[in-house]
Amino acid sequence: MSAPVHPSRRDLFGLAAGLVGGLTLGVASATSPPAPAASTGGGPPPEPLPKLPEATRVIGQASTPTSPRSVFEEAAAQTAGSGKVSGTTFAPLQHFSGTLTPTDLQFQRHHGGIAQVDPRSYQLLIHGLVDKPLRFTIDDLRRFPSVSRVHFIECAGNGRKAYRAPAPELTPQLIDGQLNNVEFTGVELKRVLAEAGVKAEADWLLVEGGDASVMTRSLPMKKGLDDCILAWASNGEALRPAHGYPLRLVVPGYEANLCVKWIRRIEAKIGPSMTRDETADYTDPLPGDKARQFSFVMDAKSIILSPSHPMTLRPGFWPISGLAWSGRGKVARVDVSTDGGKTWAEASLQGANTGMTAVRFEHPWTWDGAPTLLMSRCVDETGYVQPTYAEFVAARGLGTDYHFNPIRSWRVAADGAVRFVANPEVA
Amino acid sequence: MSRARITISHGGIAAVWVALILSLALIGGCGGDGQGDGRGASPPQRPPSEATAGAAGAPAGLPPVGAVVAPPTQLGLGSPADPALIAAWDIDVGPEGKELPPGQGAVAEGQGLYPQCIACHGPNGEGGIGPQLVGPTPKTGFGDDFKDHPRTIGNWWAYPTTLFDYIRRAMPQHAPGSLTDAQTYALTAYLLHKNGLVDAAFVADAQSLPKVKMGNQVQFVPDDREGHGRVR
Repeated sequence: MSAPVHPSRRDLFGLAAGLVGGLTLGVASATSPPAPAASTGGGPPPEPLPKLPEATRVIGQASTPTSPRSVFEEAAAQTAGSGKVSGTTFAPLQHFSGTLTPTDLQFQRHHGGIAQVDPRSYQLLIHGLVDKPLRFTIDDLRRFPSVSRVHFIECAGNGRKAYRAPAPELTPQLIDGQLNNVEFTGVELKRVLAEAGVKAEADWLLVEGGDASVMTRSLPMKKGLDDCILAWASNGEALRPAHGYPLRLVVPGYEANLCVKWIRRIEAKIGPSMTRDETADYTDPLPGDKARQFSFVMDAKSIILSPSHPMTLRPGFWPISGLAWSGRGKVARVDVSTDGGKTWAEASLQGANTGMTAVRFEHPWTWDGAPTLLMSRCVDETGYVQPTYAEFVAARGLGTDYHFNPIRSWRVAADGAVRFVANPEVA
Repeated sequence: MSRARITISHGGIAAVWVALILSLALIGGCGGDGQGDGRGASPPQRPPSEATAGAAGAPAGLPPVGAVVAPPTQLGLGSPADPALIAAWDIDVGPEGKELPPGQGAVAEGQGLYPQCIACHGPNGEGGIGPQLVGPTPKTGFGDDFKDHPRTIGNWWAYPTTLFDYIRRAMPQHAPGSLTDAQTYALTAYLLHKNGLVDAAFVADAQSLPKVKMGNQVQFVPDDREGHGRVR
């Protein structure tokens, strides 16, 4: 059997040339589509886009084992910031439609690189304050009753660039691209814990990954027995290694650092373990020489993805479209302002709004050609309102370092250029 | 639907016929194994809901079915964990240091081991591609206006045990898990000394390490954001 073949851009060039030259079909002259905006992915410079024959006049390509993107989408469909073993990438939010994040474009944040784990020798250990310490193979775990739930996973530091180093040229990808919204399939953590029998006095869990950093966090038992998932699949297929294959923890609504990838050990304990990532990092500096610790929940947030930088508008109709999410539950409402916050209108919502999920909001808007500021504001089911920049700075200080959720604004200039505004009061 | 006529040069006719035959075969085999099972020619089946829908969700023409079954809470899955596996993996050291292993390491020994850390953390712990490790001051004002104020072992870390735990589990990044317990104690002692927290004669072990007073002046507070409706 021959190896799977993915047509590359070069192959398409060849195909187009062959069909045009060899068959001499009466192909209408193909117009070259406009080149997409420069990739923010840091990959090799994009090859020029091919000229394709008119598709109704040539036979298409044979089916392939997996389906690659259109060459016209490749440049925009790139995460940014890849190439680090300890660091983050950013998902191209402005490139997405709907609510789910395509698997290969989900942001990645590793602490010791992408672990390669053989599922045949994989084991999950449950021990500590339990009646019987147990180990589970991946096959054992897949025999549990499963759940499939859509949840967002957002890095606690998402939005840092927009807060610490705001620039008009920031794209949604670089502002809030540490956000994935995924259908996870797995077993509820509480079911696996029930097999081992957690003792009554245990009030925390230590969750640990099997990667090079042996990533460790403490998770309150109450949350562990609530809605956490040990997930083996994302968007319908096995997790990719970059996302924790063969098993990761999903802690709905909590900062993504808790969603330990390649998870191999869960220990029931009394008290938190004060690991590096809950002491040195992931503690939030606050004014008055305080720092918030175990600040797990991601606050409600929203961002307009279109229009956004680097778009240029012409006067006329533009749907305002974006994503909104809250770690406290469902999105109750998203408000949109097209006049810099003077007036607000409720946007329509799309997608499963099942709690700790990202939803798509949309608001019809006709641009009259006058400069203005576009804003969105998420309100969640607990009544929490996404703060203005000024409210956020007053509460957290300029030096805070996690959970950045002030309202994001886009300035539309008279020439139609759209640029990011962090603080609309000084813009 | 009609298609515009295709102008074909001499010699191209055979290729087009091959293409046509191939595409017909594919249409016939839609959803099948590519051999063509003829389903494309069958009249469409009515969906089950249309064929059998009855009142209140009970399909007409079918005997009653049981309700959705809730799975039992205990399933007997998994195997007893071997104590050797637990011993090998249970490496965390909590803030009281109860889990610290035997062995010891001195500041001077840690200094001798530190060169393997320089590539990421710099010759004096000033940071590089890895975080800054050394920096006793300043100790305050992080949330106010110190936008680029690095948080270090000396001005932020609250527990000496966290240093031992993290070095042993994750460092050095190019060879994680390669340090012995004694080497881990030594590097811990050296980094505490570089941050002005212990003197040069300090020897770290299970008894001495948890007693080290850290330099952070920041007060760590629990999460108080819930239930306010507004940013905190």
